[in-house]
Amino acid sequence: MGWANHLLIAPIVLPLATGALLLLFDERRHTLKALVSLASTVALLLIAIVLLGVADTPTAEGAVRTGVYLLANWPAPFGIVLVLDRLSALMLALTGVLALTSLIFASARWHIAGPHFHTLFQLLLMGLNGAFLTGDLFNLFVFFEVLLAASYGLVLYGSGALRVRAGLHYIAINLAASALFLIGVSLIYGVTGTLNMADLAGRIAAVPAEDRMLLEAGAAILGIAFLVKAGMWPLGFWLPTAYMAAAAPVAAIFAILSKVGVYILLRLSLLLFGAESGASAEFGASWLLVGGMATIAFGATGVLASQAMGRLAGFYVLVSSGTMLAAIGVASVPVTSGALFYMVSSTLAISAFFLLVELVERIQDPAANVLAVTMEAYGDDMDEDEVNEEVGVLIPGTLAALGICFAGCAVLIAGLPPLSGFIAKFALISAVFNNDGLGGAANAVNATAWAMTGLLLLAGLAGMIAMTRMGIRTFWAPIDGTVPRVRVSEFFPIAFLLAVCLGITVQGGSVMRYMDTTAQSLHAPSDYVRSVLSAKRVPAPGKEGVE
Amino acid sequence: MTELTLALGIGFLVGSGVWLLLRPRTYQLIIGLSLIAYGVNLFIFSMGRLRTGAPPVVSSGQINPADYTDPIPQALVLTAIVIGFATTALFLVVLLVSRGLTGSDHVDGREPN
Repeated sequence: MGWANHLLIAPIVLPLATGALLLLFDERRHTLKALVSLASTVALLLIAIVLLGVADTPTAEGAVRTGVYLLANWPAPFGIVLVLDRLSALMLALTGVLALTSLIFASARWHIAGPHFHTLFQLLLMGLNGAFLTGDLFNLFVFFEVLLAASYGLVLYGSGALRVRAGLHYIAINLAASALFLIGVSLIYGVTGTLNMADLAGRIAAVPAEDRMLLEAGAAILGIAFLVKAGMWPLGFWLPTAYMAAAAPVAAIFAILSKVGVYILLRLSLLLFGAESGASAEFGASWLLVGGMATIAFGATGVLASQAMGRLAGFYVLVSSGTMLAAIGVASVPVTSGALFYMVSSTLAISAFFLLVELVERIQDPAANVLAVTMEAYGDDMDEDEVNEEVGVLIPGTLAALGICFAGCAVLIAGLPPLSGFIAKFALISAVFNNDGLGGAANAVNATAWAMTGLLLLAGLAGMIAMTRMGIRTFWAPIDGTVPRVRVSEFFPIAFLLAVCLGITVQGGSVMRYMDTTAQSLHAPSDYVRSVLSAKRVPAPGKEGVE
Repeated sequence: MTELTLALGIGFLVGSGVWLLLRPRTYQLIIGLSLIAYGVNLFIFSMGRLRTGAPPVVSSGQINPADYTDPIPQALVLTAIVIGFATTALFLVVLLVSRGLTGSDHVDGREPN
C-alpha cells in the first residue's frame, strides 16, 4: 500500500500547507501567490482523481474498496480515522474541479480585491476535503468549523455594505447551527459512548429502549444543524442572499458548500439509520422527504420570482438541495444513485452559472434591470412601428460566446436534453416510479412518487421560464447594449465546467455505473463498518506511522 | 442536587441566549451566541456524567476504570471552547465593520421605520 495509503491524507495536508505558505508572501506579489495556489489546486485535483480511481478498483475478493487511514496509528474506535469510500472520493473529485475553475476565474481579477484570498480559499478546501474524508463525528465538527471560518472570510471578501449585511446573517445562523451540532454530537456520545461513525453504526441497534429517545433526539438535533447548511425550507432563507452577495468565484465554490450538509445527511442516515439499525431504522426519512419537497417548491417559486441573475442562482441552489434531501428521504438504492448523478450535474451547473452571472452583469447596470421589469409589466409599445421590417441583429463575438454558455446553463438547470441535467432528472424520476423504497409494493406508483415527480418537473419548468426571460432580456433585447470585457481566463472556467457536464453526458453509462455501485455500498454499510474497525495499524513504530 | 443545579444552569444560559439571539441589535446577538456557547459547553461536559473527585487521566499500573471520569467530553469541551472563542472574535469584527459601513447596529443594517 505504501505511498498510496498516505495519499489519503494529502487532500487535507496539501491545502493546509499551501495556505500557510501563502501567508508568508507579501500581498504585492500576487502573481506568485496565484501561481502557488493554482499549482497546489491542480495537484489537489490530480490527487482526487487518483483517489477516485483507487476507490473504483474493487479489492481482490471483489468487494468494494474502502481506504482507511489511522491518524497517529491509533486503532479505529479509539483514534480518529480518515475513510475513503466511493462517495467521499466522488465528493473530493467534485471539490477539486470546482476549486480549480473558481481559482482560475478569481486569478483574472478578483484575487487582488482584498488581502489573503488564496489563504482563505486553500483553508476552505482543507475544511471541505476533511469533512468528506473524516470518519469521526467530532472531527467532522472541527473540519466544519475550519471550512465555515474560511467561508466567513470569503463571503465578506471584496467588502461593501451588501456583503457585510449578508455575511452578518450568514455567520450568525451558522454559529447557532454549530451550537446545535455540538448538542447533537454530545447527546449521541452520551448515549452510545463512541464518536466513530462506523462504531456508532454497530451500536445503535443495541441501544436500550429507554435511551433510544435521547439518541434519536441527538440525531435529530444534529440533523437540523446539517439541514441549516443544506438550506432546507424553512431553515434556508439566509442562503440565496448570502450566495448572491458573495463575489463570483466565492459563490462558485460555495456551490459545493451546501452539498456538504447533504453529503453528511446521506452518509449518516444510511450508515446509522439504515435497514440494520433495529428500532431506529429509517429514522427521519419522512421528514427529509417532506422537507425536501417543500424546499423544491420554495426554491422553484423563488427562481420564478427572481429579477436578478445572482438571486436566481441562489434559489436554484435551494432547488438542488431540496431534490437531494427528498431523494435521501426516499431511501432506496436506484433513487440514491440517480440523486448522486443529479448532485454532480447540478453542482457543476450552479458553479458555472455563478461565474457566468458575474460576466453577464457587466453588460447591464442594476438600473437597467429595474427598467426592464417595468417595461415588461406595463408594455413597451413605443417602438412597435419600428420593428416591422426584419433587421438582422449583429451580436458581438463575446456576447455570442457568453450567450452559448448561458444557453448551456439554462438547459442544465431546466433538465432538458441533451445535457447531463436531463439524464440526472430522468434517472431520478424513473427510479422514483420503479422502486421498492416508498413503502408500497414494487411498481405500485403511490402519491409520494407522483408528488415528487410533479415537483421535479415543475421546478424544471420554472427554471426554464426564468432562464428564458433572463436570456431574452440580456442577450436579445438589452436596453443598454455594451459589450463586456471578458478575459480568456474568465471565460475558460465556465466553458470547462460545461464541458465536464457534456463529458458526463457522453460517458453517462460508466458514470451511472459508478453511482449505482456507490449507492449499493451506501445502502449496505456493513462492508464500510468492517473495513474501518478492522483496519491494521502500521506494525513497527517506524517513521511512516507518524503524522 | 448537583444534576438539578447543572441542568437549571444550562437551561437558563441557553434560554437567555436564545432570547437575546432573537433581539434586533447586533450586540444582543453576540452576547446571546456567547451564552448559548457557554450552555452548550456545560452540556457537553455533563455528557461524561457528573463525578466528584474522579481524575480523567489514567495513571500507570493496575487500574479500575470505574475510579476515573470519562476524559473524552473534557477534551471535546476544550476544542469547542477554543473554536467558539475564535468564531466569536471573528463575529465581533464583522459587527464592528457592519456598524461602520451602515451606521446602524441593527442586524439588518438599517433602522426599522
